[in-house]
Amino acid sequence: MRSVHLPRNFEELWTVLGNEPDAALYAGGTDFLVKMRSGLEAPECLICLERVEELIGVRDEGEEVFIAAATTHSRLLETTLIQREFPVLAQALAVLGSPPIRHMGTIGGNIVTASPAGDTLPPLYALKAEVEIRSADGERRAPIGDFIQGPGMAALEKGEVVTGVRLGKNARWNVQHYEKVGRRKAQACSVASMAALMEVSDSGVIQAVRLAWGSVGPTVVTSAEVEEALCGEKLCPDTLRRAAALVEKTVSPISDVRAGAEYRKTLAGALLLRLNDYANVPVTEA
Amino acid sequence: MRISFKLNGTDTNIDVRPDRRVVDLLREDMGLTGTKESCGAGDCGACTILVNGESRLSCLMLAVQLDGCEITTVEGLDGGRSLHAVQESFIEHGAVQCGFCIPGMVMASVDLLNRNPEPTREEIRQGLAGNLCRCTGYQKIVDAVEKAIPYCKAGEES
Repeated sequence: MRSVHLPRNFEELWTVLGNEPDAALYAGGTDFLVKMRSGLEAPECLICLERVEELIGVRDEGEEVFIAAATTHSRLLETTLIQREFPVLAQALAVLGSPPIRHMGTIGGNIVTASPAGDTLPPLYALKAEVEIRSADGERRAPIGDFIQGPGMAALEKGEVVTGVRLGKNARWNVQHYEKVGRRKAQACSVASMAALMEVSDSGVIQAVRLAWGSVGPTVVTSAEVEEALCGEKLCPDTLRRAAALVEKTVSPISDVRAGAEYRKTLAGALLLRLNDYANVPVTEA
Repeated sequence: MRISFKLNGTDTNIDVRPDRRVVDLLREDMGLTGTKESCGAGDCGACTILVNGESRLSCLMLAVQLDGCEITTVEGLDGGRSLHAVQESFIEHGAVQCGFCIPGMVMASVDLLNRNPEPTREEIRQGLAGNLCRCTGYQKIVDAVEKAIPYCKAGEES
């Protein structure tokens, strides 16, 4: 019989992890329990993190916001601080899964699952999130782009737990946007997605930009080249079209049941073109 | 292991394998077959129940996770005494075809109306985004939820 532990706090968690070093960890179970059911995972012992009190909640730390790992997507979506400081993340959470999936799934789970299609990941890359990892022995931090190493591959050692994610507030981003394209509108896994943060001046010039694409590579794709091509340029369809041509060369999608690689490339560029519609500045065709 | 929880208003104390799926526990151990299983992977919503008032998927929960929680299944809506206003509305507006998805649809609708007592049609569609109907009766299901709004609000005020 498989044992399942439900620790209530860090103390109980480190004790059970010490006794059961090979235990598999899960929080919402929306991904892990599906894999276990299909036989891809067959742990002898499970630890469910949903009740660990230190892993739940959002803290305003001044310059930064700390989101504890087992905070559910629906709770984050309802948090005013997230809506106000990180609209790009709130927009992604709103289209993640379905209401019951959002009531169960957690941001830490989305990170550790490390799916290229994980909806919170492009916003977290664009926001340069830092992942906080703890074990019984101590704490370390890693930029999200280093922590996620490939599809389904997170740099988590035995005995370690992702305890949260740290996001820097930055009032300069006056355009924050997340969009995904799926096969259907409801509860869709993305065919391609894009998170964008932009600082656009009153005269419509892009001062700074960060972009991240989901589902078009083994991990979320970012591109300094594309960002540099946009900086200092007027936000207009011509500028975006030139950058979109670079995007299509940068991404490396696969063909799968949801879409072909060529379509995904086109889509990654097309999502960038749509930024023209979301900026709060008067924009004219150049 | 022994777990304690409130099931449809009744204190429940049972011995169960900790890794037993909640949908199996409800249907096979407790005899509550209103909760359905279809995909078993979180895509269809047929197994939706309320845990502490929030919709969750009973195929993706293990028995131990029920400990200390308040659980409502379709059998326990409106205290199990009569039909809930959403159920009445589903009948009245012809929202039920084969019926297999309906317990999940009803639970998702109740969850939505608890969070948002006056949803627009678009919000109803978003609220039911996790529930699949293969008879494709979505139009009448959305109609039924919309028509249930005043009755659910009246129920809250009384």
